[in-house]
Amino acid sequence: MPGQTVIEKIIQAHSDEEAAPGRIVWMELDVRTARDFAGANVVQNYRTHYGNSPVADASKTFFTFDCVVPAKTIPYASNQHLCRLWAREQGIRVYDVDAGIGSHVAIEEGLAYPGCTFVGTDSHLNILGAIGAFGQGMGDQDIAFAFKTGKTWFEVPPTMQVVIKGELHPPCTARDLTLAVLRELGSSGALGKAVEFTGPAIEALDLAGRITLASQITEMGGIIGFVPPSKEVLAFCRERAGREVSGVYADPDAEYCQVVEVDISNLEPLVACPPSPANVRPVRELAGTRIDSVFLGSCTNGRFEDFVAVAEVVKGEHIAPWVTASVVPATRQVYARLLREGVLETLFEAGFIVSNPGCGGCASGQIGMTGQGEVQVSTSNRNFPGKQGAGETYLASPLTAAWAALRGEIVVPG
Amino acid sequence: MKPTRIRGRIWVLTGPDGQMYNDVDTDMIFHNRHLHITNLAEMGQHALGNLKGWEDFAQKCRPGDIILAGANFGAGSSRQQAVDCFRALGIAALIAESFGAIYKRNAINSGFPILTLPGLSQMAGEFKSGDELEVDFETGRLGLNGEREYQAEPFSRVQMDIYQAGDLFAYGKTLET
Ligand code: SF4
Repeated sequence: MPGQTVIEKIIQAHSDEEAAPGRIVWMELDVRTARDFAGANVVQNYRTHYGNSPVADASKTFFTFDCVVPAKTIPYASNQHLCRLWAREQGIRVYDVDAGIGSHVAIEEGLAYPGCTFVGTDSHLNILGAIGAFGQGMGDQDIAFAFKTGKTWFEVPPTMQVVIKGELHPPCTARDLTLAVLRELGSSGALGKAVEFTGPAIEALDLAGRITLASQITEMGGIIGFVPPSKEVLAFCRERAGREVSGVYADPDAEYCQVVEVDISNLEPLVACPPSPANVRPVRELAGTRIDSVFLGSCTNGRFEDFVAVAEVVKGEHIAPWVTASVVPATRQVYARLLREGVLETLFEAGFIVSNPGCGGCASGQIGMTGQGEVQVSTSNRNFPGKQGAGETYLASPLTAAWAALRGEIVVPG
Repeated sequence: MKPTRIRGRIWVLTGPDGQMYNDVDTDMIFHNRHLHITNLAEMGQHALGNLKGWEDFAQKCRPGDIILAGANFGAGSSRQQAVDCFRALGIAALIAESFGAIYKRNAINSGFPILTLPGLSQMAGEFKSGDELEVDFETGRLGLNGEREYQAEPFSRVQMDIYQAGDLFAYGKTLET
């Protein structure tokens, strides 16, 4: 038997069928979740098909509310409450509207750990590749079935390897590295594939940087992107999960359908211009573009480290008078640390709106939308027309966004 | 047990140029203007209603027929109706060079027989609408007019489990103790 890639190994460990690319196999799920988006549909499907019968294992089943938190309309509120009541009946834990982005909560709370299998109604759950776990978003029928049976079926995808050459140097950040990969692969370069990242720059990434990279695989068309867990990541997950965890790594003779090299030795800060996350250009070429608003957050750049990077730039200064800027930490834990360490105060003093944790500006304009003609710099993950409003959204690193907020125009950071 | 070997008349989804259609999306299969329809029987009437040359498919097909399609069949939206409209007409199987990922998931979950036949569009000239095709879900073997044979990808265990139970939810019930 040839060597196996990470996804093949993880699925293999959760299935009694051979996990070869192209094969559809039944797999056991360590965790199954629903968020507020589609959560009520999961409950409805479950009730229709399985009545009042219990879920397979309530201790492995969760709700994570993050899209519209707290609910801003009655239908959202009613759907969330329907989930809460059903969760009580079933003994399922709810990470409620105060918790933050579900995929991040899963990592912080140790619900997800390297090598585990994890599904939910969030299409960006593949972010769990950041810790070497298998995460996947699915439809409400699939998730209702997963709640009931604790398993799902999955077509094992082929794996491509992305080799990063060179090292990351300031002012470039994990987001610029991610944009460089997007520029190379385009919006469908990883279509239907799992991706494995390798190279010294990858090994050097902290957890926040790994999350940033993994969060953009969907924008490349990929199924999931794996970052091999470092010692630090393993230690973090061990502590959070309260159990022994070990990373899953590809065999040396694993078979890849494709190997792509991305050289970052001469990387400069990048930005994704409207209308797509793969429309990548150097920040330098856009320098001088006047902006109206800035959004910092989302599952791509909503970590503690991201906001600290911004605070270091704006400390003691004020954002441009014509700019509005908002900050949405990914989770309650991130929020708490930012609060304790004075980072939120720095951002507040510099003129930022500080909001409660969640998907914030990314989902349903929880912290506002852009108006016609408005130019926004955002650290979130998508800039398709209409996604953040009627304006034009440029996706960039927290550092680039911080400098843009300060100067009121796009500038090369540093 | 449901049959795992079927025999039926085929429809080859070709365009005006006689070539097989590729990338037939869910709007061509079941147009979004009909999305309000919830009654399965009614859905059948609109199957392929937006694919040039196939608008009258619902009138000309009969239960037990088999559809042959090109690459990336069912690309586009996640609408379940694009699968259900064929179930409503009693279509026995759908064979394509490849399927859109979500379409494949929806078809398997609803117990609708689909098979992949790699290279089908290159061999399209060998198949004519009206030919008789035998399909073995277990082995993937296809027999054309009792003369020629082809090898499609057989049902996976998942597909067979769900097909035999009826649909994904019915399969879930078979697991209850
Ligand atoms: S921040 Fe946006 S992309 Fe990320 S989980 Fe929330 S809604 Fe999805």
